[in-house]
Amino acid sequence: MEALDPVATGLVVVVVLLVVGGVAGFVVRGRGGRDGSTRQAATAPAPEREAPAPEREVEDGPAPAEAEEPAEAEEAAPPAEPAPLTPMERFRARLGRSRAGLGSGLLALFRRGLDEAAFEELEERLISADVGVEATMEIIEGLRERVRAEGVTDPEQALALLKEILRLELGVADRTLARREEGPTTWLITGVNGTGKTTSIGKLAARHARDGETVVLAAADTFRAAAIEQLSSWGERAGARVVKQAEGADPAAVAYDGWQAASAADADLLLVDTAGRLQSKRALMEELSKVKRVLEKGAGHTDEVLLVLDATTGQNGISQAQAFQEAVDVSGVILTKLDGTARGGIVIAIQRQLGIPVKLVGLGETVDDLADFDVDAFVEALFADVAQDVELGGEDPADREP
Amino acid sequence: MFDALSDRLEAVLDRLKGRGTLSESDVDEVLREIRLALLEADVNFKVVKTFVARVRERAIGAEVSEALNPGQQVVKIVNEELTGVLGDQSAPLELGSASPAVIMLAGLQGSGKTTAAGKLAAHLKKKGRTPLLVAADLQRPAAVDQLKVLGARVDVPVHAPEPGGDPDADPVAVAAGALKEATRVGAGVVIVDTAGRTNVDDAMMEQATAIKRAVDPVETLFVIDAMIGQEAVTVAKAFQEAVDFTGVILSKLDGDARGGAALSVAEVTGRPIKFASTGERLDEFEAFHPDRMASRILGMGDVLTLIEKAEETYTAEQTEELSDKLLGEGTFTLEDFLEQMQQIKRMGPLQNLMGMMPGLGKELKDVEVDESDLKPVEAIIQSMTPEERRRPEILNGKRKKRIARGSGRSAQEINELLRNFEQMRQMMEQMGGAAAGRGGKLAQAKQMRQMQKAGAGGGMDMDALMSQLGGSGAGGAGGPALPGGAGAGAGPGGGAAPQRNKRVPPRKKKKKKGKR
Repeated sequence: MEALDPVATGLVVVVVLLVVGGVAGFVVRGRGGRDGSTRQAATAPAPEREAPAPEREVEDGPAPAEAEEPAEAEEAAPPAEPAPLTPMERFRARLGRSRAGLGSGLLALFRRGLDEAAFEELEERLISADVGVEATMEIIEGLRERVRAEGVTDPEQALALLKEILRLELGVADRTLARREEGPTTWLITGVNGTGKTTSIGKLAARHARDGETVVLAAADTFRAAAIEQLSSWGERAGARVVKQAEGADPAAVAYDGWQAASAADADLLLVDTAGRLQSKRALMEELSKVKRVLEKGAGHTDEVLLVLDATTGQNGISQAQAFQEAVDVSGVILTKLDGTARGGIVIAIQRQLGIPVKLVGLGETVDDLADFDVDAFVEALFADVAQDVELGGEDPADREP
Repeated sequence: MFDALSDRLEAVLDRLKGRGTLSESDVDEVLREIRLALLEADVNFKVVKTFVARVRERAIGAEVSEALNPGQQVVKIVNEELTGVLGDQSAPLELGSASPAVIMLAGLQGSGKTTAAGKLAAHLKKKGRTPLLVAADLQRPAAVDQLKVLGARVDVPVHAPEPGGDPDADPVAVAAGALKEATRVGAGVVIVDTAGRTNVDDAMMEQATAIKRAVDPVETLFVIDAMIGQEAVTVAKAFQEAVDFTGVILSKLDGDARGGAALSVAEVTGRPIKFASTGERLDEFEAFHPDRMASRILGMGDVLTLIEKAEETYTAEQTEELSDKLLGEGTFTLEDFLEQMQQIKRMGPLQNLMGMMPGLGKELKDVEVDESDLKPVEAIIQSMTPEERRRPEILNGKRKKRIARGSGRSAQEINELLRNFEQMRQMMEQMGGAAAGRGGKLAQAKQMRQMQKAGAGGGMDMDALMSQLGGSGAGGAGGPALPGGAGAGAGPGGGAAPQRNKRVPPRKKKKKKGKR
């Protein structure tokens, strides 16, 4: 870089600030009216919004698609494993692997007395499970009140109450995945970058293909390098057809093609993969809305719009769910990576605030590590590892009890 | 980035601002809010506890009670403690003299390792190094392809297992083989991308240790998603045990995540955050500046990054030409405005730039801006004749009507733009005039430093400037208020400003040297 005159640079920065500020002012002022009209005319978006993510296309440009060596894809594909356990069993097995098991750490805590100290520690445990401050406070307030009102003194009873409250928080939502009678059931898979969308689709495809269904995958993540190859590799394993175009292609067009192909083949299930996008990127969220809109021009409606959420995600999960709900009306969450130490407590807040239920959980890297969401197992697991964490090497009073 | 956290702190500290004295219970109230804000920002609860305890200890001491403005004093303490945790200054890559110098990346699945590898390669290449990318992620389908594509985009060779070769290729062997390859192709830096792994997968964690042993990296970078929650601590510790990383890459920082993980990881591992990944483009990767981040947390903007971006984008001639306009006889016309807008677009997403503006973040936090928003402005100016662009004062009703037709915008919008432009021009003239009037380069440099100080420290000049700008922007009916007090957002920083001011210019110089 050439050495610049600091004074001149300073002035340039002033100009930059002023121009950015001026433009920002202008834009913000203009936005007020525009937002209003968008909300009213959701079905007739302003033409400028149809422009597919100019930022991406201009800046990165579609890279030439790599000549794909099928053998290599094969090599990179995950190993197939038999499924000795049912998904539900696996879910419980995975989550319940903590030494002490189901909430016994909490039981120990309550045995020391249902006092302020206990509630405070409970608060920390909920927060450390990413449940969030607000939800935690309300859950604890609820427990405190019920303990008082019902005169609960027995720690086991208190624990049962807490679990009941958490179960209620997670709702009695319908967690089944919607299917249609006629034509291919259409599920759109969305989420921010790196949550495991493509992997989840691979697992879903394998699961349904194994049940004898014809599955078509639409590779509408045309942005990330080699995302198409990744999906193709999963498709091959599952025996699902993959509809794709070149990298950089219009994702809406790919989704539509996917529907055409699925419908022509009289397939049972169409899974549409989309590029990961941070919910704060407006243009990309608009692109996603467009994918759904165009897909529905063929499919009529999307049976499920699933948001793939990483269990390690903190409070930003709410913002993710909110933005995706606004953009594509999310119908359910796939909570991935629950096989780590993260407990995914953020889904409680998401259910509470937005009413979006968790429908599936991802428990590992193999094809069979996708399970239906089990509220009870989830609630138990919420505290399982924390108990270990907090009482590092310490004695668990529960063990001493008969 | 940290906008939401700074909002919270601003709200609390605004209440204390101007308070004559600060009782212990006042302090506790602030600390409670700080605790909540940090928890909501996903800072680990244990880290929050120790952090708040440290601030409290200092805040109830003489430092605050004897201060002229206790509220500001608390901000100063919080700021210093934040900086203390995040590190005092940005930590550079230390590649040493080894050849090839090996950098290894590790992290959870989906944290952005492969993308970071590509960005790091581009970053090093820009600095004149010759990197080699190594695909040691043989786990995820097509991860090798992804790295190959990224390598092709940034024009960096990629070492990967032979396609169609051994399906059970061992990532440790691949990584080790890369060293030979690096010598063969004459690469000075080797970047090893590894598979994502969860911290409880013992076999995979051991594999990471084995890869590290095989390649003996000078830098092991732990890649972590800025959106991660409380688990950041557990995960970071596990990776520290397995690969004893030397630094951290914070990814996806361009989202609206509050990024408390940055604090958590730095606190529990004591390792510096070296890079921040701030976008999907391969050049959206920058050195992590802890002091700037702390300033951001306190809502003081990030003018230093903005200056750097400007330096990278503007050529010497462009800079000179522009400063001549402002200092000399030339006037800043709509033509120039249009040109500057194009130039600014090259500096990166407008949204990110706005995030760096002092005092602007708060009001515009929820506003999404991207390049397409500039289109109406461009359309209006492009619909003007050259004469009109040079002398907007000749625009009368008839001409405006024509422009409105030509650009497809309303006359009201045109007036708004002209009003904004006029204010902008006046301010530029004031700045330019002041600089030129005082004569001599020294005075100008002083002026310039004031601008920087103002930006970084939330001082008066920039506040006034911004509030004026903001005020003009919010003029129209119906728009979200950009209150005249836009600058006030940076207000709480006032107390901390003098101290930081002294540091700012030297830091900038140092930074420049470090770039080479």
